[in-house]
Amino acid sequence: MSEPVLEIRDLRKSFNALKATDGVSLDLMPGQIHALIGPNGAGKSTLIHQIAGTLSADSGTIRFLGQDIGGLDMAARAQLGLARSFQISSLAQEFSALRNVMLAVQAKEGSSFRFFRQVTGDKSLIEPAMTMLERVGLTARAHVPAAELSHGERRQLEIAIALALSPKAFLFDEPMAGMGPEGSKQLTAFLDGLRHEAPMLLVEHDMDAVFALADRVSVLVYGRIVATGTVDEIRSDPEVRRAYLGEAA
Amino acid sequence: MNRETAVNLLLALLLIGVPLIAAGMGEPFYVTLATRVVVLALAATGLNLALGLGGLLSFGHAAFFGLGGYVAGILATHAFNAEPLFAGIPGTTFMPLIWLVAVAVAGLVALPIGAISLRTAGVYFIMITLAFAQMIYYFAISWPAYGGEDGLSIYVRNAFPGVNTAKPLPYFLVCLAVLMATLLLFRVVEGSRFGSALQAARQNGTRLAAVGIPPFKIRLAAFMLSAMITGLAGALYADLNRFVGPSMLSWHMSGELIVLIILGGKGRLFGPVAGAMIFVCLEYVLGGITERWQFFLGLILLVIVLFARGGLLGLLSGKARHV
Amino acid sequence: MFTALLIEQLLNGLQLGVMLFLMAAGLTLIFGVMGLINLAHGSLYMVGAFACATIAAATGSFWLGLVASLAAAAGVGALIEVAVIRRLYDRDHLDQVLATFALILILSEGARWLFGSFPLYLDIPRQLQGAVPLPGGGQYQLYRLAIIAVGFLVAIGLYLLISKTRLGMRIRAGESDREMIAALGVDISTLYTVVFALGAALAGLAGALVGALQSVQVGMGEPVLILAFVVIVIGGIGSIKGALVGAVIVGVVDTMGRLLLPSLLALTMPAAQATTIGAALASMLIYVIMALILAFRPSGLFAAET
Repeated sequence: MSEPVLEIRDLRKSFNALKATDGVSLDLMPGQIHALIGPNGAGKSTLIHQIAGTLSADSGTIRFLGQDIGGLDMAARAQLGLARSFQISSLAQEFSALRNVMLAVQAKEGSSFRFFRQVTGDKSLIEPAMTMLERVGLTARAHVPAAELSHGERRQLEIAIALALSPKAFLFDEPMAGMGPEGSKQLTAFLDGLRHEAPMLLVEHDMDAVFALADRVSVLVYGRIVATGTVDEIRSDPEVRRAYLGEAA
Repeated sequence: MNRETAVNLLLALLLIGVPLIAAGMGEPFYVTLATRVVVLALAATGLNLALGLGGLLSFGHAAFFGLGGYVAGILATHAFNAEPLFAGIPGTTFMPLIWLVAVAVAGLVALPIGAISLRTAGVYFIMITLAFAQMIYYFAISWPAYGGEDGLSIYVRNAFPGVNTAKPLPYFLVCLAVLMATLLLFRVVEGSRFGSALQAARQNGTRLAAVGIPPFKIRLAAFMLSAMITGLAGALYADLNRFVGPSMLSWHMSGELIVLIILGGKGRLFGPVAGAMIFVCLEYVLGGITERWQFFLGLILLVIVLFARGGLLGLLSGKARHV
Repeated sequence: MFTALLIEQLLNGLQLGVMLFLMAAGLTLIFGVMGLINLAHGSLYMVGAFACATIAAATGSFWLGLVASLAAAAGVGALIEVAVIRRLYDRDHLDQVLATFALILILSEGARWLFGSFPLYLDIPRQLQGAVPLPGGGQYQLYRLAIIAVGFLVAIGLYLLISKTRLGMRIRAGESDREMIAALGVDISTLYTVVFALGAALAGLAGALVGALQSVQVGMGEPVLILAFVVIVIGGIGSIKGALVGAVIVGVVDTMGRLLLPSLLALTMPAAQATTIGAALASMLIYVIMALILAFRPSGLFAAET
């Protein structure tokens, strides 16, 4: 049996009386795409924030590659190999797409305290960054400031940045959000190819994508995981249908 | 060449040309005025690193300006009186050494101030930097050994090898050389990996952390570097006026440094230069017309903030591209 | 003897605290509701003092002067809110700092133009002159006691305003969600002008009250402004309760520090040195405390939940 890349045990987080995360346990296994679904207000964002490091849990453990990361901040977790994308694109707005990815390349090298060598024209940053942009199909828009990119292009850029980190795990928060049907199809195909580079914890509302991509699915309702299993198991689970899919139908 | 580079060249030409002409015409007063522009531009360049590149609105940079000035004054005084400072360390009137000490002191003081202040953000950061500067200001006023409220005089300008610093033009050229070297350093740092991380910290700190670069460390390093530059300017300023007093530490001075940046254009390489030129000209021209010139400075500042945010360089060279 | 001195300084600390509260309450309200940092608050303090001194001198009545100070400060406040401040709500902090800094220059130099550089004098009203005996011997100025009383009355009044009136409800709603109350049909512009004018009036009141103790001159508001900033940073921006607690802490610590530090140091070093170092340390003390508090609670003691 292989070790989980990401192992969450009995995670709890409350905001006063509200139990946003109520004893969540989850495993992300190598080579898998694990989807996290649930109705609005289930606490998916809160959970992602705790895994990524923006929020600290009240209790419970999060182990990444066997190491307890509970005390580490976002940057430290990213350095360990946890790459995330944001539900609402979060980019360096004035920098071009290329420069955004170059930042990730630079971060991966750990060379941010170099004060002299210029970044523009630095092949060791530009080439890997362009490669990532090519993979997501943004080559033509490399020199456009992030603020001027279309919504879909920004989602693509977030993925490119995550790729540039050569991460040990992906944490994607609704990457399809706001994408039209064409864009979603392309992104789904793209993500499908990523699972062998690094396992992925995927929060998504787009059920077509979830059913096409996921090796495992966990359903979060009111801060608790009510079901975990394969796509088929979840689809036929009556409690899930009632709590989530049934209501949506 | 793009518009901004052209404007920068023009400003540099003005900055060098006007005092040279004035010296040639036997009008040393304008040389001194130009030196004032240069030193203020240097001080504002320090702040520009933190504020323009890093987005850190420090309202306490006068602390570093004044510390640099007091280093110059204290070392000179001890040298003059042939009294050692402490532990037998003597004073000195050797400018390069004074500058080294000023830079070191500013950086060392900026470390704890930055370490505490950068744990806060937004309005808290503004106020805590202000409060730290006030702390140092009140200390300087109540510490009688170095003049207290009255400040410290430097009777003879400190020495720079090979230069007669007592004369206006040679000292102007020394200050100008320091400014140009610093502007070059600013440009290099801006384009470096550190500069990239710093600007990313300004644009989106969360994004920076998400790729694994700790924003706090980057900001702290920038804060310290910025303090060191402003501290160096303070030492030059003290020698310029042959005087250092608590007013160099006052929050008005901090505000003035911010004003210089906004007048010229925030984040722009020559922004502080343009801002210092505009400010000193206003001070001189308006000040010659009325004692109440700060009233008009206030009005002009208000108009710029409300309607011409990019400052002079924004007006002349259009929007900055950071791609 | 020492008890009397101690009590007297404690009361002075309370009085300073109460004055700082008047300033800080306005500042924190303006920041909490409008998200605006207002450096010109010290100038509004000055406006109140000048108005009181001028009217009191013209009419011979301190009380009319007090009314004038409230009206003038609120009026100037409303004027600058409409003319300048309301353009700044959507701007970043840099713009707000610069614009309000510009206002300081305009108001200070404007005051100098109107009134000259010499201080004006304001007399303590006849009814409040004299002193009151203290436990432990010694006397305390009746006027200062009155100021403390006024301060606490204002605190209670503010509490009632914010928790019991409709205006207060709108203010509280505005603090949590600006867009929402606009969507609900509350007239935001007027609300903001009222809040700003209210903050200004409090500052003007403080200026007028203190004007009778010290002199009335241009720039009198600036040291108070800085201390008020320290207060709201300690107390937590947006919290009136924080402003009160912070103000009392700052007022008492500052006053008692100046009293006690030189004496404490004199136990371990020669008197002259103790006085010097003590005075220097005392003036830095409140900033040290602020830094310590922020090191552990970066959002202040009573930070509002966001």
